[in-house]
Amino acid sequence: MGEKVLMKGNEALAEAAIQAGCRYFFGYPITPQNEIPEYMSRRLPEVGGVYLQAESEVASINMVFGGAGTGERVMTSSSSPGISLMSEGISYIAGAELPCVIMNIVRGGPGLGGILPAQSDYFQATRGGGHGDYRLLVLSPSTVQEAVDLTMEAFDLAEIYRNPVMILGDGFMGQMMEAVEFKTAPEKKLPDKRDRAVGYKEWRGKRALVKSLYLDPDALEAHNKKLQAKYELMADRETRFETYLLEGADYVVTAYGTTARIARSAVKQLRDEGFPVGMIRPITVFPFPYAPFAGLGSQVKAVLSVEMSCGQMVDDVKIGVAGKVPVSFFGRVGGIAPTVDEIVNAIRGLQV
Amino acid sequence: MKETQIFERPRSMADVVTHYCPGCTHGVAHRLVAEAIDELGIQDRTVGVAPVGCAVFIYNYIDTDMYEAAHGRAPAVASACKRIRPDLTVFTYQGDGDLASIGLAEVVHAANRGENITVIFINNAIYGMTGGQMAPTTLMGQKATTCPFGREAKANGYPMRVAEMLATLAAPGYVARVSLAKPKFILEAKKAVRKAFETQLAGKGFSLVEMLSTCPTNWGMRPVEATDWLVEQMIPYYPLGEFKVPE
Ligand SMILES: Cc1ncc(C[n+]2csc(CCOP(=O)(O)OP(=O)(O)O)c2C)c(N)n1
Ligand code: SF4
Ligand SMILES: [Mg+2]
Repeated sequence: MGEKVLMKGNEALAEAAIQAGCRYFFGYPITPQNEIPEYMSRRLPEVGGVYLQAESEVASINMVFGGAGTGERVMTSSSSPGISLMSEGISYIAGAELPCVIMNIVRGGPGLGGILPAQSDYFQATRGGGHGDYRLLVLSPSTVQEAVDLTMEAFDLAEIYRNPVMILGDGFMGQMMEAVEFKTAPEKKLPDKRDRAVGYKEWRGKRALVKSLYLDPDALEAHNKKLQAKYELMADRETRFETYLLEGADYVVTAYGTTARIARSAVKQLRDEGFPVGMIRPITVFPFPYAPFAGLGSQVKAVLSVEMSCGQMVDDVKIGVAGKVPVSFFGRVGGIAPTVDEIVNAIRGLQV
Repeated sequence: MKETQIFERPRSMADVVTHYCPGCTHGVAHRLVAEAIDELGIQDRTVGVAPVGCAVFIYNYIDTDMYEAAHGRAPAVASACKRIRPDLTVFTYQGDGDLASIGLAEVVHAANRGENITVIFINNAIYGMTGGQMAPTTLMGQKATTCPFGREAKANGYPMRVAEMLATLAAPGYVARVSLAKPKFILEAKKAVRKAFETQLAGKGFSLVEMLSTCPTNWGMRPVEATDWLVEQMIPYYPLGEFKVPE
């Protein structure tokens, strides 16, 4: 394409998925992500794909399981309560090592909560959410352009690791309109989709078995070890983050997603005033970029995690700094984003 | 005199020993599915979806591509597979806890959308795998480990007639109920399974065969008593027959 178009975040995510080769969408309506299924229902028939509105998120994710088993590029999208309902199915997909993309446009909880943006599902996204020792590869864009770029890659990553990939967005990103460009992702070597998919018995010479059941304890332990090795490989190769004005910083702010954009403005303002603050922005939240936190210089006096939650990513930050630097937290919830002024004050408050 | 073989293992049935209890009719149902697949010559182009229940290991017994689905969700798995690969024949095999309880929404909506898949539904009036708890299909007065004094309407409502219920929908192509209790019933059951797969192959939409099945272990009966109980107690409440046939 190469040209910029003005698009709403949710629609840009949907278009990016189609341009990444996704042809099958299964989902159930929920605010604030409805533009994704609506866009898919218009666009997929044009490109020879299938849009199917499921009877629930439980059905959606199990359709994703069935679809992924055919080796084709499949996805679903939802928001917090819907993701909770999908959790059993996501666990099955991770257990059966199937590739898929799940877009989660997070809203405030708990319970029915609200429909406004939030980051209160960080634990759910980064710790798996469902039962069992599994992880998702979780990408958390902070602009609509980055959401598009990461979506273009997400389907490749899902196939390479045979693992569900989650795009962790929030209602701001979903509803915001920004100019975006659709660039094809750098080419990656991908496994042959027929290797394990159903429907290729003659090609493969043996049948396919798509399952997560291992009743024999030794087999289940071996399966889990294999999954863990895969997550370690993801940590080695896919961990992503960005730093901003980190050099010479005595104080470090960290934030992801939309919150990172606000925090960045606060950091810029303080730097302009001569206050030595920098920023680390995780782009993958699983695998989490522990290294930049572990590697902070001895001059760093405090780290502040800013989130639209009551304090979730802050736990990973603490793991990263491993007790070497005090870690503080500032957050707003309920659909309220922290303001630049609030973050500036919170950073100033780190001074002892 | 030259010997001719007139009975053999269907090609679509793996050459392994099943784990089913003596007198359990899950094995008979498997065989009927395998025979239909053989007769229609679709073994290499068929995909099955196993349930959570005693029949989870059907994926080891039917020699086709197989999925193992979450409890109750087989129709959702099958729907997506068939939408993406309409050239494949896709079937689910589900118990009454799996289909009529936890997975009721999935089967009703797959039927209502007219998904071109085949569902083999094993109604044994009990949760076999978990040790004999009450199912939505447990008969009035029937004892189960979670209704030790027998099912009663006030607490548990009435047994659910799934085939009749789904036959009220506009989209399904073929809905029938059969019994696996005695040879004469099994011959009828075989025809129904074949018709269900033919409905799919003809593109005529959702097909379901409900099979009244035994669970001697959890009914607390010997195999022969169990088949008699099925005929005497289950068939009067769950009438056999075709409730919907393709036009
Ligand atoms: C979400 C979930 N809930 C409960 C179970 C436990 N469970 C396994 S099988 C089963 C009942 C199976 O009964 P049915 O479907 O009638 O099959 P049968 O064994 O009688 O053939 C239950 C409740 C489970 N595996 N997953
Ligand atoms: S418990 Fe019942 S349904 Fe399960 S294998 Fe034994 S007899 Fe069959
Ligand atoms: Mg049962």
